Amino acid sequence: MDRAGGRPAVMRKRMINVYPTRGAALFLAALPFLLLLLAYLAGSAARLADNPDDKLLPSFASIGAGFARMAFEADPRTGDVLLWVDTAASLARLLAGLAIATVMAGVFGIAIGLVPFVRTTFNGFVAVIAMIPPLAILPILFIIFGLGETSKVALIVIGVAPVVMRDMILRVDEMPRELMVKAQTLGASTWQIALRVVVPQMMPRLIDSVRLSLCSAWLFLIAAEAIASQSGLGYRIFLLRRYLAMDTILPYVAWITLLAFALDFGLRRLQGKAFPWFAQGRT
Amino acid sequence: MTAVSVRNVWKEYDGRIVLEQVSLEVEPHSFIALVGPSGCGKSTFLRMLLSAETPTKGDILFEGERLPGEPTADRGVVFQRYSVFPHLTVLENVVLGKEFAASPLLGKLFGKARKRAREEAAEILTAVGLGDFLHLYPSQLSGGMQQRLAIAQALIKRPKILLLDEPFGALDPGIRAEIHVLMLKLWRETRMTVFMVTHDLSEAFHLGTRVIAFDRPRNRPEERDRYGATITHDLAVWPPKYPVSDTHIASGGTTRLLDELEALPGRPGVGH
Ligand SMILES: Nc1ncnc2c1ncn2[C@@H]1O[C@H](COP(=O)(O)OP(=O)(O)OP(=O)(O)O)[C@@H](O)[C@H]1O
Ligand SMILES: [Mg+2]
Repeated sequence: MDRAGGRPAVMRKRMINVYPTRGAALFLAALPFLLLLLAYLAGSAARLADNPDDKLLPSFASIGAGFARMAFEADPRTGDVLLWVDTAASLARLLAGLAIATVMAGVFGIAIGLVPFVRTTFNGFVAVIAMIPPLAILPILFIIFGLGETSKVALIVIGVAPVVMRDMILRVDEMPRELMVKAQTLGASTWQIALRVVVPQMMPRLIDSVRLSLCSAWLFLIAAEAIASQSGLGYRIFLLRRYLAMDTILPYVAWITLLAFALDFGLRRLQGKAFPWFAQGRT
Repeated sequence: MTAVSVRNVWKEYDGRIVLEQVSLEVEPHSFIALVGPSGCGKSTFLRMLLSAETPTKGDILFEGERLPGEPTADRGVVFQRYSVFPHLTVLENVVLGKEFAASPLLGKLFGKARKRAREEAAEILTAVGLGDFLHLYPSQLSGGMQQRLAIAQALIKRPKILLLDEPFGALDPGIRAEIHVLMLKLWRETRMTVFMVTHDLSEAFHLGTRVIAFDRPRNRPEERDRYGATITHDLAVWPPKYPVSDTHIASGGTTRLLDELEALPGRPGVGH
């Protein structure tokens, strides 16, 4: 190494070029979680020392017991194991809502992005509809569809579809003009361009878009369940709130987070597996 | 009979004149090289030949008929970038043209027809030197391989006109020389008419049967919006049937044009 310039023996790199080693990376990634856990443990221990009946920050032991009660013991009143019944009910609503929203957003988004006549007709309409706060029309949905499953699924669809649709329109716009011209010089019709060029290129982007809207989908689901429902994860935590049952609310929240994370992770894996060209092209 | 006839074409963008009074008669099976300073409207001219853009004034005729209002399969194109579909493999990119023609509803072939189309595509890909890379995605190819793929993709439609916009700009000299040989061979075999934009004059004279230079006759800042570029030089390359070698590049015609272009005012990248 050339040190003739009188530089220090150890050259300091810029921050943006310094990477942690593997071990350090693992530790650093775990650090925020550990700190949160420690803070909770300290707070919980302090409050319990003050008042052993404190409900606000239960000990890990009582949280574990609360989780076991919900996940492994049948409810004495209904005979169901509540966590699984709630999970099944919530996931069914969430996935139905997301599936309908994704298909709608994909089809309309691509049609609006691709065909000028469809765009002039619907672009403004979609822009306005997307601005309606979905929770504000929840009462209307309850009135129209009743308190059953339909209104909850409808809320998720109405909340998620316009956002994903607008994202799709932007993504179609973003496609290089050259590719559209190229497809035409290969003799493609509008329908063929949509089918063979635009749709396949939009699929991985649609997955990205749905991943980003997972969070709001959960929000709408839990809101709908909290207000009118007999089952579901959202229904349960709002019910438990009346008894200040933090020892079961906390594991439920952790469980919901885990489900959301797993969904996101699954979608990311699906994208990588089904559209290998997409990840390669991005780097 | 001319293949392409450009009649007094003007192109304006938002009142800014880019091209003016462009007239050109092109024989069938010509290889037209288009040169000129950056921003003078070469790509715009090519896009008009492609019907991806319409002239503000004037007409472009192809085999005696006015150009259709949108791109068609008899005019192929290779852009400098974004010429191939990133979501299709090398082979699929080339088969696509066949599938569009044969399957209006699904744009996809199956069974025997699929096999035949794939064989034909593989043949063309072998001709451009991509026979060993049929199942890679474009992002896994180098720039030169992508351009060769784009050429193969255009050729499977057997276009009557092929439009090339700085197709070999990003390639190293070795690969460039290889593609030149390939390009001339394909041009001779297919008997199509080629328009190629290039910034490389030796490439223009090496490949072209005719070199057309665009420039702005008036290029003072206050004139720039009111006056566009037009054809300032139109040179037949001599001899008309040249060997596939570089020897003729040093011929008088080339150096004369080089000198003239150097002398033009406002040419970027040229010192005084
Ligand atoms: N869609 C457009 N809207 C407005 N102006 C445009 C548009 N396309 C091109 N222009 C203008 O037209 C002029 C010519 O552009 P063009 O791309 O044809 O130049 P070029 O000769 O191909 O340049 P280069 O050699 O750098 O590729 C430029 O001044 C450009 O700003
Ligand atoms: Mg250009």
